[in-house]
Amino acid sequence: MTTTVEATARSRTAPQRPGFFKRLFAEYGQEIVVLAAIVMLFAIVTMVNPRFISANNLTTIFSGNAYIAVAAIGMAMVIVTGNIDVSVGALIGVLATISGSLAVAGYPIWFAWLAPVVVGMAVNAIIGILVAYARIPSIVVTLGALSILRGGLISVTGGTWITDLPPDYLIAQKQIFGLPVPLVFMVVLTLLAAFWMRYTAFGRSLYAIGGNAEAALATGIPIARRTVAVFVIHGAFAGLATILFATQLQVIQSTVPPNLELTVITAAVIGGVSILGGSGTVIGSTLATILFATIGSALIFVNVSAYWLRAVIGLLILATVLADMLRRRGRGA
Amino acid sequence: MKLKSLIRHETFLAVLLVVVLIVLSFQSDRFFTIDNLLNQGRLMTEIGLIAIAMTFVIATGGIDLSVGSILGLTAILTGVFWQNVGLPLPVAATAAIAAGTFAGFVNGVIITRFRVPPLIATLATLALYRGLAEGISQARSVRGYPEWFYVLGQKDVLGVPTQLWILLFAAVVASVILAYTTWGRTVYAVGSNEVASRFSGLSVEKTKLALYTASGFAAAVAAVIFVSRVSTTRSDMGTGIELDAITAVVLGGTSIFGGRGTIIGTIIGLCLIQALKNGLSLAGIKGDGTIMLIGAVLILAILASNLFERSGTRT
Repeated sequence: MTTTVEATARSRTAPQRPGFFKRLFAEYGQEIVVLAAIVMLFAIVTMVNPRFISANNLTTIFSGNAYIAVAAIGMAMVIVTGNIDVSVGALIGVLATISGSLAVAGYPIWFAWLAPVVVGMAVNAIIGILVAYARIPSIVVTLGALSILRGGLISVTGGTWITDLPPDYLIAQKQIFGLPVPLVFMVVLTLLAAFWMRYTAFGRSLYAIGGNAEAALATGIPIARRTVAVFVIHGAFAGLATILFATQLQVIQSTVPPNLELTVITAAVIGGVSILGGSGTVIGSTLATILFATIGSALIFVNVSAYWLRAVIGLLILATVLADMLRRRGRGA
Repeated sequence: MKLKSLIRHETFLAVLLVVVLIVLSFQSDRFFTIDNLLNQGRLMTEIGLIAIAMTFVIATGGIDLSVGSILGLTAILTGVFWQNVGLPLPVAATAAIAAGTFAGFVNGVIITRFRVPPLIATLATLALYRGLAEGISQARSVRGYPEWFYVLGQKDVLGVPTQLWILLFAAVVASVILAYTTWGRTVYAVGSNEVASRFSGLSVEKTKLALYTASGFAAAVAAVIFVSRVSTTRSDMGTGIELDAITAVVLGGTSIFGGRGTIIGTIIGLCLIQALKNGLSLAGIKGDGTIMLIGAVLILAILASNLFERSGTRT
């Protein structure tokens, strides 16, 4: 966790700045590795089966998983501050049900879209306050929140699906400038968040908190308030992810993909966010989401049984983590 | 002072358990019967075994998220070794448990050798082991185990469910190891201050390696009991059980940062969760409402014990 603090300090103060590519690799090493993996995978699978790169399949890969990438943006911020959230999957399920019910009940469409964002922020404000002011470790708070949200979801919906969604509500199936909306959401939100974390005082303070909380406090960063804020922002991203998730099909199921929270955490971590806090970017987390989606799709195209999908992803995660560890050690960290 | 606060949390929890038991027995006259309570013991064995091993792991400041997947993998292997490979069932089950233990050992190697943080390492193997279970099983379930095999998961020994004996045995052995042996002290030392432990000449890496291996072993044994209890094998067995086990451990007063925790606390935490699940369902509240309550109890219990502890430190 000290490496990034050092790295950023170096890039700001070093008298002779090292070459552009050297700096790029020092700061975005993990992101570059993940991007290279995606490109290689595309090249290999397309050689085996050219239909892999068809517009149809690309839409499936990018749009179908955009909601995971959006949720991973907020998760990356939370993890950068040295916290974690295991409840985000259940939260997305609850928010999707709220949003869909409002849409079906005839409320204005914009209200059905806004509600999950606001409720997501409110729920995570409570979580953030428990973490920052009651000083309960975030994994404990969010474990509890996971139970509460998951139980709440089932008892409210009773396991029934929401159907008859108004066509205007289904934003994830629409296009802007000829591009699928989820793709646009994913790219724009990733860039905005990356810019915010890199160039604003608030964004940079998140790294300071995760890197060394005591030092951050000494420099006058209000840690508790920032921690609550970061959870609230994470809640907003969970709400935005919900909009994409809830509107991608004609129905809203009362369940979310199992282990969604772990998928989101994994995306953030594989993208280079150190679980110890203090380093990582949201560009990495989005790239990692795309990598997982590409792997999943690639297996189908090279005719590997879908039942092996998770084993292959697990193996790749492990390989990435080990490579990252060896890379860090190589730098003397 | 430290010991005092420990006692406080567990006493607090035990009182809470008694209150819950009393309230629940007023809610339904079927709750406080020997039959029902023993049956609840049967149901909590699998989580219990995992939670006991998890107590050690969390006490060193680590975590093991892969236990649910190890459970699934071991269950699948038991079925495959027996039905497809044709091994006698006891051999098949032993081999599967060995494989599950090895899976835990691999976790330990990744964590100690490659210095991958436990949360990440076991997050990765969570996906890997579950994936192996799915890939090996190809979504086929194994059924039709011989009748004697069900003694483990469905029958009684001396009037008590068979697996409850195993849980009791494990709990007693684990408490003695954690509380009274040098090795148990090492676990706390590693959790309180890993660097200092290393400088004191404690074998930090070996201890951790042993603990993650033990965690895999516990999950593997739980898997065989699980298969025997439900008479079938499926690759999704044990999904999410890691969070249940962690909830029990943390509710039981083990600090998620390590250095603190007891087996008795974990057992009380387990009983509290199981009593709530069962009692509320008997009282006519659906399982989902119970899950919510458990989440709330977890947060409130830690909040309360935090408050106790802080007032203790100030005086």
